[in-house]
Amino acid sequence: MSAPAPPSAGAFPSPPGGFAPAPPPATRRNVELLLLGLAALITTVSLVLVEASQEQAITWEIAKLGAAYLALFGVAHLAVRRFAAFADPLLLPIAALLNGLGLVIIHRVDLAQAQDAAFASLPIPSPDANQQVLWTGLGMVVFVGLLIVLRDYRSLARYAYTLGLIGVIALALPALLPDRYSQVNGAKIWIRLPGFSVQPGEFAKIALIVFFAGVLVSKRDLFTGAGKHVFGMELPRMRDMGPVLLVWVVSVGVLVVEKDLGTSLLIFCTVLCMLYIATERVGWVAVGLLLLAIGFVFAYNVFGHVRVRVETWLHPFADYSNTGYQISQSLFGLATGGLAGTGLGSGRPSQVPFAKTDFIISAIGEELGLIGLSAILMLFCVFTIRGIRTALAIRDSFGKLLAAGLAFTIAIQVFVVVGGVTKLIPLTGLTTPFMSYGGSSLLANYVLLGLLIKVSDAARRPAPARKRVEPIVDASTQLLRKVEGGAA
Amino acid sequence: MNTPLRRVALAVMVMIVALLANATYVQVFKADSLRNDPRNVRVLLDEYARQRGQISASGTVLASSVATDDRYKYLRTYPTDPLAYAPATGYYSMQYGSNGLEHAEDSVLNGSDNALFGRRLIDMISGRDPRGGNVVTTLNPVMQKVAYDQLTAKNLTGSVVAIEPSTGRVLTMVSTPSYDPNLLAGHDGAATQKTWEQLQQDPRQPMLNRAVSQTYPPGSTFKVIVTAAALSNGIAKPDDQFTAAPRITLPDTATTLENYNGSHCGPGDAQTASLTDAFKYSCNTAFAELGMKVGAAKLKDEANAFGIGTQHPNIPIPWADSTVGTIPDSAAMAQSSIGQRDVALTPLDNAVVAATIANGGVRMKPYLVDQLQAPDLSTLETTKPTSVGQAVTPQVATQVTNLMLESEKNTQGGTQPRSYQIASKTGTAEHGDDPRNTPPHAWYIAFAPAQNPKIAIAVIVENGGDRALAATGGSVAAPIARAVLDAGLGG
Repeated sequence: MSAPAPPSAGAFPSPPGGFAPAPPPATRRNVELLLLGLAALITTVSLVLVEASQEQAITWEIAKLGAAYLALFGVAHLAVRRFAAFADPLLLPIAALLNGLGLVIIHRVDLAQAQDAAFASLPIPSPDANQQVLWTGLGMVVFVGLLIVLRDYRSLARYAYTLGLIGVIALALPALLPDRYSQVNGAKIWIRLPGFSVQPGEFAKIALIVFFAGVLVSKRDLFTGAGKHVFGMELPRMRDMGPVLLVWVVSVGVLVVEKDLGTSLLIFCTVLCMLYIATERVGWVAVGLLLLAIGFVFAYNVFGHVRVRVETWLHPFADYSNTGYQISQSLFGLATGGLAGTGLGSGRPSQVPFAKTDFIISAIGEELGLIGLSAILMLFCVFTIRGIRTALAIRDSFGKLLAAGLAFTIAIQVFVVVGGVTKLIPLTGLTTPFMSYGGSSLLANYVLLGLLIKVSDAARRPAPARKRVEPIVDASTQLLRKVEGGAA
Repeated sequence: MNTPLRRVALAVMVMIVALLANATYVQVFKADSLRNDPRNVRVLLDEYARQRGQISASGTVLASSVATDDRYKYLRTYPTDPLAYAPATGYYSMQYGSNGLEHAEDSVLNGSDNALFGRRLIDMISGRDPRGGNVVTTLNPVMQKVAYDQLTAKNLTGSVVAIEPSTGRVLTMVSTPSYDPNLLAGHDGAATQKTWEQLQQDPRQPMLNRAVSQTYPPGSTFKVIVTAAALSNGIAKPDDQFTAAPRITLPDTATTLENYNGSHCGPGDAQTASLTDAFKYSCNTAFAELGMKVGAAKLKDEANAFGIGTQHPNIPIPWADSTVGTIPDSAAMAQSSIGQRDVALTPLDNAVVAATIANGGVRMKPYLVDQLQAPDLSTLETTKPTSVGQAVTPQVATQVTNLMLESEKNTQGGTQPRSYQIASKTGTAEHGDDPRNTPPHAWYIAFAPAQNPKIAIAVIVENGGDRALAATGGSVAAPIARAVLDAGLGG
């Protein structure tokens, strides 16, 4: 787990006479390209398997789709080569593979739903996979655009408060809008406009992570030093803690109003994690978990839907045909898949409601089995660990907190959604990053990926990168000097 | 800040491990119970998506699965005389499960049988949808159709069972009224439910397989066993004399037992009648006397030798057990001797009785499945005939055959010329709370040709059929059996 020491000229003892200049560290871009090719291959083969077992015609179209997919991510790869040459070579291929497999599963559920509709003599729903391909393309545009526009991620720290405000407003907006502009399937988390809908919470999550990273870095000395002692813990002064608490309370409060416990839990845990990293105080985690417990007891007693969720979690089959139906079907699907799965295209994933969004993991567990599900979890695990490695390697505190927050939020999201559909924890409505159907989620996750790649580029960039820091030295905000001074 | 970062990384790994552990629990350890949960519709859908094997009889397809374009992929159909074959094939329904051969041979038909493992593996590797194996029945389509038509022509409630004496092969198994299994196999749930409810509520019980699931008092057909017991134990010879009185009073009771129509036994007015005449004219009083001489223990032993009162094997569909009852005293013994009181046999039991006599006393285990085949029609397994013991000696069997030949001559229609000889015994069994005013069950058991038996048959028509109180085995059941024998023996 120990991170490699960041490359530094001073780390090498120079013999008399001196060394020739060390060769620049490998950019590992070719590894990334190779892995992208592998991801494209796995995705294409998966698609072929689905088409074969669903008795669709196997045509060159599939190969073209695979090639188009490779081309799409090839562009992303070129952008990384050009604008973030030293970035971690695993992040983009993992995202590409998850996205590709997600597309295949969405397409597979499309086929199943078309079959079901045909059987029931209902109109066949338009395939969501096509839409998702469009979103993937748009995701690439956003990703590449971010790499180009954001020359240095540290400039984001300047907009921390702005982004925090935007995040809070984005979170709160659906709650303020009338139901018909904001409610889908009972959750008031949308902004519905003619033509398209967005889930602002997905983007708010990233804005808030940037905000917390910025605020915690600028004030972290104050948090740990200037407060009162309570129960052996040092509490920060309220005026320092204020913005943090405010945003946190607002986001959690808004989410409770919107009945979106998943996002609430996600933001809460991410903030807690960042707070812990910034302050290095376990006490904060304890306080946070205590708050979480209090919040949970409160929600359980006040909100009927929370009680239903918990009840359904404990006894999924008690109200089988009603509240327990979805989780029961999910468990049936996972069990039917067993160790090796039914094979791609041979399961019955459409038995689970929302198999393309919240329950895409059930479809994977059914058709690819425990082996496939474990592989997906390992991809997420590697993705997160590489993100945390980036945080370990980067030298400025803002980058550390940003990378750690972004990586950890993926991990917690996976934990909440996978734990939910496998009955480890109560079910909350969350999407699986990069895999679930939905434009907001996909675009937001590509923004997240872009930021993470930017930070990792900086972390792995060799010494000459110091020159690139100069423009920041010119900047005269107190914050940025602190960033430099706070390098670990 | 690196220490907390490493701890966070550790926490992430703990979270992933927790997810993996939980997924393993659900997908491996808890999987079987979840998979087999009746609410898990996947298992059912999978089974319906697989091409189920055929059930056939001598090349006639009785049940097969045809491809459909709905999501269940295959529809179970019963293309040939579904009502005639329903007692044997049973039904196969999405909502109501299955019975008959569909149930008994389910593992072969749905392809999960271990005998099909190798082929399943090949199918899996070659990517072909797994198919089920086939079941070839022992039924004779010509006889089956005649038997069904005979019963339904007069709207009779009853059953015909015919078996091959030398092997135990079931050649005919009919039960009326019947039902159309096609109506239960459909994919339209509402229609199926409606059909099912109608069938369940029908007072004539069309789904009851009378051939193997219903027991009846055998009446005078039981005299075959009483006679066999007497002859085997040296208690009587065919010429021995027994009372010819039209009625007797049972020992230690005020209950009387009388001959059919209260008539004297046999022609003339002799005080006694020979065992041959008593058998020929089916005299109840003589058999009551004979039965009391044989005694309960020996009668039960003999009945057991014929399979009555023993635990029946599945053939492979379930076969209800028969009984001779407890027989506590002489009066009970007298009543049991004429196949009344607690004696209860299924039509298949009675067909086995006739077949055992026909086969020189050797009782064969009846069976309905001739072969199990792989999907490619190659043979997986052929049922071998099984002897379940020598019920009577060949000499006794010959003596009883002669008595049955005499009986046939005395039965209505028994003297009509035909190309082969029939050995038979009729029965007219009283039943119900008020036996005198309840139409009796009409029985007829027989085998033919008498010298070289090919077919043994039992026919029962419930509640007198179209003759009501006036019904007898000879008038109602015998013509049906003879028509089926004609069909089977070609003349």
